[in-house]
Amino acid sequence: MTTSDLIALSPELIVTVLALLVLVLDLFLPPERKAWLSRISLLGLLAALVANALIHEPNPQAWQGMLASDAISGYFNFVMLLIAALSLMLSSDYLQRQGLERGEYYALLLTSTLGAMLMGSSADLLMVFLGLETLSIPLYILSGFARGQSRSQEASLKYFLLGAFSSAVFLYGIALVYGATGTTNLAALSQQLGTMSASPLLLAGAGLLLVGLGFKAAAVPFHTWAPDVYEGAPTSVTAFMAVMAKAGAFGALLRVFMLALPQQSQLASDWGLLVGVLAALTMILGNFVALVQLDLKRMMAYSSIAHAGYLLVAVAVSAAGGETAGLATSSLLFYLLAYTFMTLGAFGVLLLLERQGENLALNDLAGLALRHPLASAAMALFMISMAGLPPTAGFFAKFYVFSAALSAGNLGLVLALIGVLTSVVSVYYYLRVVYYLYMRPAAVERPIYASSSWATAALVIAALGVLVLGILPAPVFAWTQQALALVLP
Amino acid sequence: MEQVLFWLMAVVAVVSALTTISSRRPVHSALAFLVTLLSLAVLFLLLSAQFVAVIQIIIYAGAILVLFLFVIMLLNAQSGEGPQIKLPSQRPLAIALALLLFGGLSYLLLSSPLGAARPLPAGMGTVQAVGGILFNHFLLPFEVASVLLLVGVIGAVVLTVKEDEQPK
Repeated sequence: MTTSDLIALSPELIVTVLALLVLVLDLFLPPERKAWLSRISLLGLLAALVANALIHEPNPQAWQGMLASDAISGYFNFVMLLIAALSLMLSSDYLQRQGLERGEYYALLLTSTLGAMLMGSSADLLMVFLGLETLSIPLYILSGFARGQSRSQEASLKYFLLGAFSSAVFLYGIALVYGATGTTNLAALSQQLGTMSASPLLLAGAGLLLVGLGFKAAAVPFHTWAPDVYEGAPTSVTAFMAVMAKAGAFGALLRVFMLALPQQSQLASDWGLLVGVLAALTMILGNFVALVQLDLKRMMAYSSIAHAGYLLVAVAVSAAGGETAGLATSSLLFYLLAYTFMTLGAFGVLLLLERQGENLALNDLAGLALRHPLASAAMALFMISMAGLPPTAGFFAKFYVFSAALSAGNLGLVLALIGVLTSVVSVYYYLRVVYYLYMRPAAVERPIYASSSWATAALVIAALGVLVLGILPAPVFAWTQQALALVLP
Repeated sequence: MEQVLFWLMAVVAVVSALTTISSRRPVHSALAFLVTLLSLAVLFLLLSAQFVAVIQIIIYAGAILVLFLFVIMLLNAQSGEGPQIKLPSQRPLAIALALLLFGGLSYLLLSSPLGAARPLPAGMGTVQAVGGILFNHFLLPFEVASVLLLVGVIGAVVLTVKEDEQPK
């Protein structure tokens, strides 16, 4: 352990210390002061963001080849800390209203963030696994945080059982990869694969790794947990989980499949096709099933499955190698940031509307625009962005992914075609929300809990993010490309 | 001798694992699981992983299994009969898919050439060697695992503290 190791780990260290601090402070704060926990967490996340921005020296083999601290991990840390901060701002008021405000919530949310950050900067399969677990276990607990509701308990148990199973599959994959190559270090793996021919053992291992990560990303056919868990978990947890689990899973997919497995071997075309099939299935099923969902949280669950499909397109076409791989990786990074803003924003509006112990249906949004024009306008903006219409972040996210796909041969062409067609399908259910907001008369008067300035601030940030990425995407896209250029030789 | 011991233990491990999941009485399942763990410990020993073998017996066979038995007896779970299976078509489908996965993986494993066995490094598997690696090379994973365990403890408290004891 050297100073440079500690510097490389500093954002993660700050988040860990913060989680412990919140846990201890919770014991001493009187119940009416619990809001301080959220403020302290926000301050700490800000400190971690600053530390992350200050790391200049890339250290791709920190901690004896366990942690890669490079421009890509810097980008991932930025996105994940942003997710954590926005989720905290959105949830503190909601938790109070639902009677769920307990200090452990913040500690668990922060450790989950830590896990995702470790996944995005892991340089060893062992670290990917530990990051995956550190991300998931707090999520299992948070899903069951509303213990009074059987829905929440059911969500927690389902998520836990299936998640534990998928972790075991992932671990088995690591064992097989280790058996085939004799190393778990991603850089050593990549080097060794360049010299050896593709062995079936390695193929089996890579396949199992894909299953484990596909589960976390809610890719079809490993998605079955998502709708139930999203519906049952407290909505603030759903918002956090929808974005953070995806960021972590795609961080690991990028490290393992896009950077470590070499681009020019037999193996690459094999897993490229495999991921391509997963992506196509995920886009089709996610979008079509979302059409018939009337419960808003279930609709968002299928919508997040569909978005996992678009992200998987980027992973699949990166197998083509060369310039396409670079474009695909940059588009994946850009998409994750856009997805963060629009998903957290949409969930944020739902959080403002939800009363204790109810799940919002589409009908509950009817006529909202007349009484709450700003919240409705924000929701409409996020829906338009999710559907991928300009001038929003979602449009350029999809644009970059599909243009990377178009330069990747026949597989990419088919995937881009499916992607565009399913996006057209998705316009229907996203704009249906807007239709309910603006065109339907209200059945009952619903209050909106917009008293919290934190939640409002988070919504403003998310809306600004969606607009800025939608109008001026070039600087951020250039940033992702720079990050990639620093990492790739 | 080693070959004989390996095959013996392998068969015992598989049979007892099958008993664990097929037995209707939880206590029988737990005891069959104990046999699995012990035979795995012997297999670890054959791979000259002495430390792991000992840990397997002390932690798993000793502590965790006793915990299982405690829970079974405290809950007085006589028979493992679950509620009615709602989707009877799931069982044959699950068996077929599991066999497919098993077949596919076995095919891949058997068809991949394994390199010649490499000589073991000196002191492999001793407590000293494991400790040295754990606190040098694997220091970061070790620390992350400790955070993970802490989260597990927090989770147990969050999910089980009685409602009226917790501050509102």
